[in-house]
Amino acid sequence: MNLLLSAETTGWDTFLSVTQKLAGGFGTTLLLFFLTLLFAIPLGLLFACISRARFKPARFLMRAFIYVIRGTPLLLQLMIVVYLPGIAFNAPLTKWEIFHQNVPLSYFCGALFAFVINYACYFAEIFRGGIENIPKGQYEACEVLGMTKSQTFFRVILLQVIRNIVAPMSNEVVTLVKDTALARTVSVVEIFFTASEILRLQFIIWPLFYTGAFYLLFSALVTLFFGIVEKKLSRYWK
Amino acid sequence: MDKEYKNTENALLEVLELTKSFGETQVLKGISFSLKKGEVLAIIGSSGSGKTTLLRCLNFLETADGGRILVDGTPVFDAADPSLLHPKNIRKNRLTFGLVFQNFQLFPQYSVLQNLTLAAILSAKQNDPEYKTDKKKVLDAIDTRALALLERIGLAEKKDNYPCQLSGGQQQRVAIARALMLTPAILCFDEPTSALDPELTKEVLRVIRDLKENGHTMVVVTHEMDFARDVADQVIFMADGVIEESGAPSELFTSPKSPILRSFLSQ
Ligand SMILES: Nc1ncnc2c1ncn2[C@@H]1O[C@H](COP(=O)(O)OP(=O)(O)OP(=O)(O)O)[C@@H](O)[C@H]1O
Ligand SMILES: [Mg+2]
Repeated sequence: MNLLLSAETTGWDTFLSVTQKLAGGFGTTLLLFFLTLLFAIPLGLLFACISRARFKPARFLMRAFIYVIRGTPLLLQLMIVVYLPGIAFNAPLTKWEIFHQNVPLSYFCGALFAFVINYACYFAEIFRGGIENIPKGQYEACEVLGMTKSQTFFRVILLQVIRNIVAPMSNEVVTLVKDTALARTVSVVEIFFTASEILRLQFIIWPLFYTGAFYLLFSALVTLFFGIVEKKLSRYWK
Repeated sequence: MDKEYKNTENALLEVLELTKSFGETQVLKGISFSLKKGEVLAIIGSSGSGKTTLLRCLNFLETADGGRILVDGTPVFDAADPSLLHPKNIRKNRLTFGLVFQNFQLFPQYSVLQNLTLAAILSAKQNDPEYKTDKKKVLDAIDTRALALLERIGLAEKKDNYPCQLSGGQQQRVAIARALMLTPAILCFDEPTSALDPELTKEVLRVIRDLKENGHTMVVVTHEMDFARDVADQVIFMADGVIEESGAPSELFTSPKSPILRSFLSQ
């Protein structure tokens, strides 16, 4: 962190160096964001399927798990994932072989794991709602027209499910943008961590607002993306 | 299959002793009737009497517990013959019947034309050898057929609209055309107009009348007594899972014998 102490002469220099540091932190934020989506979406789909399974115990356990995860703070889950192995089992993440003694990597992966589980549970509920909102009559209409189960799902149901989940997914993904800031509590050097380090070491406050602008811009892009998807779909039906 | 199936009076559709229970409650308690080619059967009866369940059994959306269904003398359903319940056989036999739902159930993401062609295209893809060699020809033929049907129900100019852009009556007419695309031998309707205003009801009933004139065999569950009276060749009055009374509309409506039917008609 010595870099942070290097003497800045002019305001312009400070601005450039802060921008550079924040951009570096933002890279980590983006990585956490996209990797969370990448893993949480398929996992959420799997959770949604299990929570609708015919096998009752599986359904019950899945729903109970989702209930617990959604009912407790992500912050708590982060701390448990990152610190519990070390405290309870004397096997701290940082010492795990797969991380090759790369401490920041181990924190990042721990945080990513907690994010993926947490968001998979939220996504699972959204997917389940989206699937269950399709009227039974749509399946039956396909059935009497002689379509197979897979034709029914891929040709008729899927797009309607996507249509149903765009709005809630948009909300959830925007929340994820901001939630990534929680990763700093388990030593992931993302943009918010970087900004608070600057505050702590250089006593300048404005980088916090600058950081806010990064989040704002990014949420705006995410919202815009979902808005376009929604518009594309609603061209067809209300 | 060594069983003998009698083909009474050249019936196209024959339903014999059909029964169906949901848990403890028996909803169909032995329904039998037969229908000749080109005839229209109207099914009337109060709420909960089992009319929808009967149609759903005909269309394989429910599996009856007992009884048989014969089409042209050939069994398509026989509770005593499990081989007919094999998914492959069901998928083949179910296309004998078409079903028009009370609330249309058009596919919202597809245009009117696509709603008509979707199932036909998917079926051609799987079953028509010509689809591989001359895809365009097959697709064009399906399109032509769909457009002809749209012409017939008076909605040719709406072919590129989406269901949400149509009135209820128009949507129901499209749903009828969609069912006709698969050329079912028997077309079933479950209260096709009960979700519609009186004005829109007329245009749907006109289409059904037109189908009758063209020789389509139909089973119509309806609350429109006037319609049943002048379109049906045969009327069945259901009460509590049994056929309480049946006959030609002229007799059944003018001189009902069963007291339940009398009170039903006087409502
Ligand atoms: N899937 C089901 N599970 C349990 N009971 C059912 C089911 N479907 C229908 N029933 C029951 O079967 C009985 C007959 O229902 P059905 O829908 O066939 O009546 P209906 O004559 O079509 O009535 P309506 O005029 O109201 O449409 C009702 O008592 C209903 O509650
Ligand atoms: Mg009904």
